[in-house]
Amino acid sequence: MKSSSNTLSNGVVLNSIGKTYDKGAITAVRDVSFSVQPGELFGLIGPDGAGKTSLFRVLTTLLLPDAGTATVAGFDVVKDFRAIRGIVGYMPGRFSLYQDLSVEENLNFFATLFGTTVEENYELIRDIYVQLEPFKTRRAGKLSGGMKQKLALCCALIHKPQVLFLDEPTTGVDPVSRKEFWEMLTRLKEQGITILISTPYMDEAMMCERIALIQGGRIMSIDTPSNIMHAFPTTLYSVRATDAYHLRMDLLAESFTESCHAFGDEVHLTLVHDASGKAAGRQEVIDAMRARGHIDVELREVEPSIEDCFIRLMGQHHA
Amino acid sequence: MPDIVIQTRELSKRFGAFVAVDKITFDVKSGEIFGFLGANGAGKTTAMRMLSGLSHPTSGAATVAGFDVFTQPEEIKRTIGYMSQKFSLYEDLTVRENITFFGGVYGLSNQAIKEKSDQLIEQLGLQAEVKKLVGSLPLGWKQKLAFSVAMIHDPRIVFLDEPTGGVDPLTRRQFWDLIYAAADRGVTIFVTTHYMDEAEYCHRVSIMVDGAIKALDTPRNLKQTFNAPTMDAVFYQLARGAQRTAD
Repeated sequence: MKSSSNTLSNGVVLNSIGKTYDKGAITAVRDVSFSVQPGELFGLIGPDGAGKTSLFRVLTTLLLPDAGTATVAGFDVVKDFRAIRGIVGYMPGRFSLYQDLSVEENLNFFATLFGTTVEENYELIRDIYVQLEPFKTRRAGKLSGGMKQKLALCCALIHKPQVLFLDEPTTGVDPVSRKEFWEMLTRLKEQGITILISTPYMDEAMMCERIALIQGGRIMSIDTPSNIMHAFPTTLYSVRATDAYHLRMDLLAESFTESCHAFGDEVHLTLVHDASGKAAGRQEVIDAMRARGHIDVELREVEPSIEDCFIRLMGQHHA
Repeated sequence: MPDIVIQTRELSKRFGAFVAVDKITFDVKSGEIFGFLGANGAGKTTAMRMLSGLSHPTSGAATVAGFDVFTQPEEIKRTIGYMSQKFSLYEDLTVRENITFFGGVYGLSNQAIKEKSDQLIEQLGLQAEVKKLVGSLPLGWKQKLAFSVAMIHDPRIVFLDEPTGGVDPLTRRQFWDLIYAAADRGVTIFVTTHYMDEAEYCHRVSIMVDGAIKALDTPRNLKQTFNAPTMDAVFYQLARGAQRTAD
């Protein structure tokens, strides 16, 4: 359903979306509801198999949901699919440009499909395209990973979409190219384009205005990255010693340990609280590790990262 | 002095005028977890292919498990384990069929394959899945199975090419537990990754830029040297000046 006020709005709304495959045998997403505000940079953060791609396909009208409703820029994903296809840009997770066409040819092809020209919307892609221009006659299949990703973004933008869907654009890309990609997105956002992006890299969550943490087809949490981090319910410690691997094994064996996970060369630890809310003291932890033969044991309180929050929300016991 | 299991001296690979790998020199010790980092196109894959006996170097010298990469590539292939994110297992074979197949490729006897399979399936807790096609398993299980299959012939060295992409943070850590356990048994791990926190799990890390090794040290020393709070920042400082972007 489309009301007149929606013509101005290029947000995305999902109401209890569900999607199953194999006649219901496999549930890809269940009861997913959230909304992306017009002009917002919104991240879907979760691993492979979380249901991110199914959501993207529902929103880009490539899959019918089994349950719930969704709108993109006010258009219903089932009834108004034609309207949606004209106003969204979609960069699927798998590279899906024509490998045998050159950079230029791909771009012209996509512009023509949408009834426009590269010249007409060149402003929007200029920043990105200048980096590709030296290779404009090269076949898309012969480009490097970072360059393919830039070309795919240009092709998704060439018809000046109102809403941009980016499904894991940075997977398998090195950290430098990933950083550059996020800088490009920040500039696109300034042009008022609504962006829904998915990523398995937890550190990229910080670049989004709001994020949904998704796992096993369910949303675990939706908020700004900083609110999600502030909602971490207990004190988080970082413990360090010369041998990080055995330090973690030994911490796992202690009864005061609630959870403990490797983070780089440190171990992130939360403590068991008894009925009266008391937990082991810092010194107790340090002494216990020294008693197990660890050297240079250090312990300090740290701010949880999105990855800490994600692991905690997964609600699994330490293995 | 622990044994050196990988040794390279000015090892290079050229494709015509293009120098893919430019005089890399390093040693990897027995039982070490060695992180081999670099931007896309830096030359990691080419270097790894030379060290695993798949690509003939242009110049320099290198030995892997005591075998010469120039003259004994077949011995190297038989001796090492290899796993990559891109290809590891046959999706259309079951769990047990994959184990049997790779056991056969590495020349294990039927008896040994049977024992190894049972042991491996139990270790990974895959008893209920043995008859399932690998393609139907969650990615995290596939990765753990692929790692175990790469180790089926008890290699002294295992090469892991971006083994953990795409999985959830807990599964990624469980995978690293397998790596640590193997290193604890004395297996040398040579691993590439784009996750910079994983770089910190390595004993030592090298960073390749434009075909050359620009830094090699423990993560802690690298952070000190480059005055950077994280390996991510170290990597960024070194790789942002890269000229090459080809894969």
